[in-house]
Amino acid sequence: MADIAVIDYGMGNLRSVQQALRTVAPEASIVVTDDPHEVAMAARVVFPGQGAMPDCMRELDARGLRVAVLQAARSKPFLGICIGLQMLFDHSAEGDVAGLGILPGEVVRFAHDLRDDQGNKLKVPHMGWNQVHQGVDPQPPMGGAETVAPSPAGGGGLGRGSVAAHPLWQGIDQDARFYFVHSFYVQPKDAALVQATTCYPQPFVCAVARDNVFAVQFHPEKSQSAGLTLLKNFVNWNPV
Amino acid sequence: MLAKRIIPCLDVTAGRVVKGVSFVELRDAGDPVEIARRYDEQGADELTFLDITASSDDRGILFRIIEQVAEQVFIPLTVGGGVRRVEDVRNLLNAGADKVSINTSAVVNPQLVADAAARYGSQCIVVAIDAKQVAPGQWQVFTHGGRKATGLDAVAWAKKMQDLGAGEILLTSMDRDGQKNGFDLALTRAVTDELEIPLIASGGVGNLQHLVDGVKLGGADAVLAASIFHFGEYTVQQAKQFMAQQGIEVRL
Repeated sequence: MADIAVIDYGMGNLRSVQQALRTVAPEASIVVTDDPHEVAMAARVVFPGQGAMPDCMRELDARGLRVAVLQAARSKPFLGICIGLQMLFDHSAEGDVAGLGILPGEVVRFAHDLRDDQGNKLKVPHMGWNQVHQGVDPQPPMGGAETVAPSPAGGGGLGRGSVAAHPLWQGIDQDARFYFVHSFYVQPKDAALVQATTCYPQPFVCAVARDNVFAVQFHPEKSQSAGLTLLKNFVNWNPV
Repeated sequence: MLAKRIIPCLDVTAGRVVKGVSFVELRDAGDPVEIARRYDEQGADELTFLDITASSDDRGILFRIIEQVAEQVFIPLTVGGGVRRVEDVRNLLNAGADKVSINTSAVVNPQLVADAAARYGSQCIVVAIDAKQVAPGQWQVFTHGGRKATGLDAVAWAKKMQDLGAGEILLTSMDRDGQKNGFDLALTRAVTDELEIPLIASGGVGNLQHLVDGVKLGGADAVLAASIFHFGEYTVQQAKQFMAQQGIEVRL
């Protein structure tokens, strides 16, 4: 029985995820697996994804992994990454495909012809290092002056009316930069799911959480020290 | 907001990093794993490795380099050189590359770009274009390390690669490569304005103002440089601080 199972449904490169987990949890047994039984047996589960969501859904089902993912998302520490975040929702505009329906909401594309405040074209995919604003309240669009006071001891910024910072942000600075590459993003129906937002140029949701599930649009495995900290927090996370 | 990316480029041959002038006259710059680690510490946003000989003997060496770097460096790694088949893409991804750059083979077989993007996702397919000015406001695509003219217009070609599924374009001016007199800004601007996907400008960086110009005047989403970092003129950190002072959003 593995400490961590990384779900492999043939979409994209999982070596980076495995390597980063190995670095933050050298003692843990980590399997990269397409075996539903191994997923079911693992203590915690990482659900990555790259490429197009319709392909990801198809390949997941082709390997008979849907039930294992649904069960893991109900029962144990579960980290979704990139398409692994998007697939948790009801539906995606990418290929007009149904998701797993674990979380309520839609996956939509960035608008065409996006511009920044100086009129420069913003490319899609949204690719590179952008700021992750922890908490429910978005940072001001266009990356203007910070209006939310940074919390003491770095990280864990509190949005207005939000509950305490999620343990996965521990030790990560407010507005730290993470590496993104995506053209679609999630629009949760329930604002209470939102754990962080990023501006491009308008705020979009880049992290969500509910109970034992945490999922991010960015790639912690490619986000240097901030990303490794988040993965370490996940490995040590014991949601009640 | 999204930061402009600074990408050091490591041209690798026979297990060493080298740098040439206009694609010839190679000079040794050191051990790739050591250099990669140094740039990561200095805050590089990504690293690009180009296997500039791509002989079969060197291929094994390159894989070991990528594996070692991927174990220690947690930023995106792009690897290119000698990518001819979808299997080559898979092998590089399995070795630890996050993106694979396709250059000559995209011209020889454009379907490779479509197939690789369909299989692994556009996010990991970079098309590298080596362009040379042939008339005012006109640039042609060259292949085989800049030795072979294709007759293709660089702007139209970049657009076609985007349509086939490339996630990003790495655009190198052959006229400027290794010359240290700055990017070909007109070329960069002409291509980036036609694209919806990000453009990495390459070829000609000799000082930090050139990086600023590439973003501000050329409209590049990312800037790639080799010599100024390899031979200790500037650190990546210095480059980013300078760009930040000039009002460019960077990851510091």
